[in-house]
Amino acid sequence: MALTLYALIQTAVLCTNALAVLHEERFLSKLGWGVEQGVGGFGDDPGVKAQILNLIRSVRTVMRVPLIIVNSACIVLLMLFG
Amino acid sequence: MNYSGTHSGFTQQANMRLRNSSMDDSDGSQLFENTSGAEVGPQAGYRNQQGGPPPAGSSGHSLLTDPMSNLAMAYGSSLATQGREMMDKNLDRFIPISKLKYYFAVDTLYVGKKLGLLVFPYMHKNWEVSYQQDTPVAPRFDVNAPDLYIPSMGFITYLLVAGLALGTQNRFSPELLGVHASSALVWLVMEVLVVLLSLYLVTVNTDLTTIDLLAFSGYKYVGMIVGVVAGLLFGRTAYYLSLLWCCAAIFVFMIRSLRLKLLSEAAAEGRLVRGARNQLRMYLTMAIAAAQPIFMYWLTYHLVR
Repeated sequence: MALTLYALIQTAVLCTNALAVLHEERFLSKLGWGVEQGVGGFGDDPGVKAQILNLIRSVRTVMRVPLIIVNSACIVLLMLFG
Repeated sequence: MNYSGTHSGFTQQANMRLRNSSMDDSDGSQLFENTSGAEVGPQAGYRNQQGGPPPAGSSGHSLLTDPMSNLAMAYGSSLATQGREMMDKNLDRFIPISKLKYYFAVDTLYVGKKLGLLVFPYMHKNWEVSYQQDTPVAPRFDVNAPDLYIPSMGFITYLLVAGLALGTQNRFSPELLGVHASSALVWLVMEVLVVLLSLYLVTVNTDLTTIDLLAFSGYKYVGMIVGVVAGLLFGRTAYYLSLLWCCAAIFVFMIRSLRLKLLSEAAAEGRLVRGARNQLRMYLTMAIAAAQPIFMYWLTYHLVR
């Protein structure tokens, strides 16, 4: 019950890390969740699966560099302050 | 004396400047009534300002009559105004203060009706938000519009009631209040994020903003407060009964409010519309409404033992 804002930040960083490490060709394509399956129908109804794949791909593209910075900062802080 | 004369003239000038800025804001958007005595202000300021310097100049040896320090004070006040304007402009980029003002444009009648609606939504017939030339009407004029006043007041009252409940059980300490505050805030933020994510996944074209979702998620604090207060006054059975009533009320309230915003036109009118996407939207509405009672119970059950 004793959730803090720090726990929220930790959760966010961990979840974004989890999304960023999903490898495109080694993992997602084998599952049928590759990029080519994402851009399926060209109608105005992308569907839930296409939205999820789009989200994973955009998180990977956008958050790579900020995640490097945030992870390094977390490592340094954890080493200094435990 | 001369000292107080210049001093009062100076503050009158500062007050006049502050009132003028607030008058510009409210006249531009008509959200709030202009209740400041702005007509009386400028003349009194000018009159006092003229009355200020002449008696000051005649004495000549108090600190404030020195022309250099007058200049310094005038420069300092203009610097402060410039700094405030710059801060306002930059702050507006991060937190949309003008949009937030819309959510606090409430009055007592609206708050009373909304609280009644949150506890007893079964008799209300028309749940649509009325618009005025494409912009939603201020909450003061429409009961169905979401506001942020009730959620923020409800949050603070929930914290106070939680402190009271812990105190009656001799479990109170000031850190616990902070723990409750941060955990309730975290649950609120997580709920809003999950709802935003699910709205993105189901590709709902809606005009619900993030602040609207924050407002809707904050309405459950009213039910929580009613439940905990009933539990404190009358015991555990009263807590469970009132919580049950408030959970059912909030469930119906959320479904009826969100139905018009999330579902398509035909489905919102009640006609049966087939199709996977409409079904998904219906499930989403029901899931959002069902999450409220769960949170209400989760955040209050440990307060009433």
